[in-house]
Amino acid sequence: MKWITAIIKPFTLDDVRQALTEVGVTGMTVTEVKGFGRQHGHTELYRGAEYVVDFLPKLKLEVAVADDQVDQAVEAIMGAARTGKIGDGKIFVSELEQAIRIRTQEVDVDAL
Amino acid sequence: MRFDAKFARPALALAALAGTSPAWAQAAAAPTHIDSGDTAWMLTATAFVLLMTIPGLALFYGGMVRAKNLLSILMQCFAITALVTVLWLLYGFSLAFSTEGMHAGTTNLHSFIGGLDRALLAGLKPDSRYQTVPESVFVMFQLTFAIITPALIIGAFAERMKFSALLWFSGLWLTIVYLPVAHMVWSGPGSFLGDLGVIDFAGGTVVHINAGIAGLIACLVIGKRRGYPNVPMPPHNLGYTVVGASLLWLGWFGFNAGSAVAANGSAGMAMLVTQIATAAAALGWLAAEWIVHGRPSVLGIVSGAVAGLVAVTPAAGTAGPGGALVLGLIAGVICFFSATRLKHKLGYDDSLDVFGVHAIAGIVGALLTGPLASPKLGGFGAVESAWGQLWIQAKGVGFTVIWSAVLSLVILKLIDWTLGLRVDDEQELIGLDIALHEEKAYNLS
Repeated sequence: MKWITAIIKPFTLDDVRQALTEVGVTGMTVTEVKGFGRQHGHTELYRGAEYVVDFLPKLKLEVAVADDQVDQAVEAIMGAARTGKIGDGKIFVSELEQAIRIRTQEVDVDAL
Repeated sequence: MRFDAKFARPALALAALAGTSPAWAQAAAAPTHIDSGDTAWMLTATAFVLLMTIPGLALFYGGMVRAKNLLSILMQCFAITALVTVLWLLYGFSLAFSTEGMHAGTTNLHSFIGGLDRALLAGLKPDSRYQTVPESVFVMFQLTFAIITPALIIGAFAERMKFSALLWFSGLWLTIVYLPVAHMVWSGPGSFLGDLGVIDFAGGTVVHINAGIAGLIACLVIGKRRGYPNVPMPPHNLGYTVVGASLLWLGWFGFNAGSAVAANGSAGMAMLVTQIATAAAALGWLAAEWIVHGRPSVLGIVSGAVAGLVAVTPAAGTAGPGGALVLGLIAGVICFFSATRLKHKLGYDDSLDVFGVHAIAGIVGALLTGPLASPKLGGFGAVESAWGQLWIQAKGVGFTVIWSAVLSLVILKLIDWTLGLRVDDEQELIGLDIALHEEKAYNLS
């Protein structure tokens, strides 16, 4: 199993959710986060007073998938979250050791 | 009519106005009864001007402060409204509008300040008359001007003034600075600036220069906000600011067109030129900002509109439509530079640009009122020479600047030595809403 963490632009969430659903991902967790990468922040100007806003609002999307689903899921996220402009975000994939569904106590792939 | 009765009466005596506008002259000559049309308009205009302070100015300023200080701004505007109303009843109206001891062309104590014969509104009855409206309506109308003027100043010391100090400052400033200047300009023959021939139709000197200069002095005396200018202090809700500016624009029709104190051609022209100058100033600021910063901003266009409203205030009774257009454009562009460049260059923390917008646009407006009143420049004023009137206007501006600066400084220092003007560092950090009022504007989630 793999743990996919994607940082995406907030407005792409609906497309990303739909694309993941289409490749068979049945659950996900979304958190509102702030951060910066190459995009850095932006500046705001109020009556000549300039403020640099370093941390931009992004969404952190977390999905657990079976090993054979990883490529499809990553492609789905990339396809839906990509605008081609700086600041589209990143996808991190890591090993997932164990998964348990609390209600039924099913484990691993059955629990996803 | 304020124009005829208050500023141009000396000129009227010269029959200069009669030549250009016989209808006004006749109307001003001898009103003998209460006119229901005039009264209906003045009742409406009075409500409009109150709307400028609460909620207009309160929202305009409130949106520009940080979320933790929103309530303090709304509170200050509301409290000033209540406080000034009571002071107005006690002695304010009398000191501003009593004509006791005044004689045309004679300069004495009562050229500068009214007597106390009208204290507690003595002599006011349901059938008392001021020109063609009930005197009660005139008292109310002028009260709304006395309310907004100290309320304008709070933008300069926003986010750091003690509430108790604010109340003392507003009461003392009204008494020592506003009432005399209102008297000197508006109380009729024998008034100091009125006799000088200064044209101030709706309060460019009395309200805007007066408040703007007091704002500059106040922000210098109280000092910068903690962290200014390094800590970002962006407006927390520009939506409020736009709503507030829009209410100011609306209310200003009561302010300017109401200053005709009649429902007549003068009121109609005042409304028209107010609209034109405001639109021109909004576009002027917008264009300057677009060229200089590369982006047209929402805060910019509404700030420009307010600059235009301020600038046209003294000129609303005498400028023509073309003059209003030019006046608005000039005020919008100049105020863009005063609020965005001058302030940062000189380093004072006039938090919401009371000086940069009200004093500067007020001065530009008061000066240009002179030439733009000339029939040669499309105006309707009884001025003999455009340049001559510019010089008279300059004297009015200079006097008001010095009067407001010196006396505001005295009041502020007095309060600072006794009560203290400023909240302590911790209160400022927490925000005035919690620190002074134990309330929060936003209890989200």
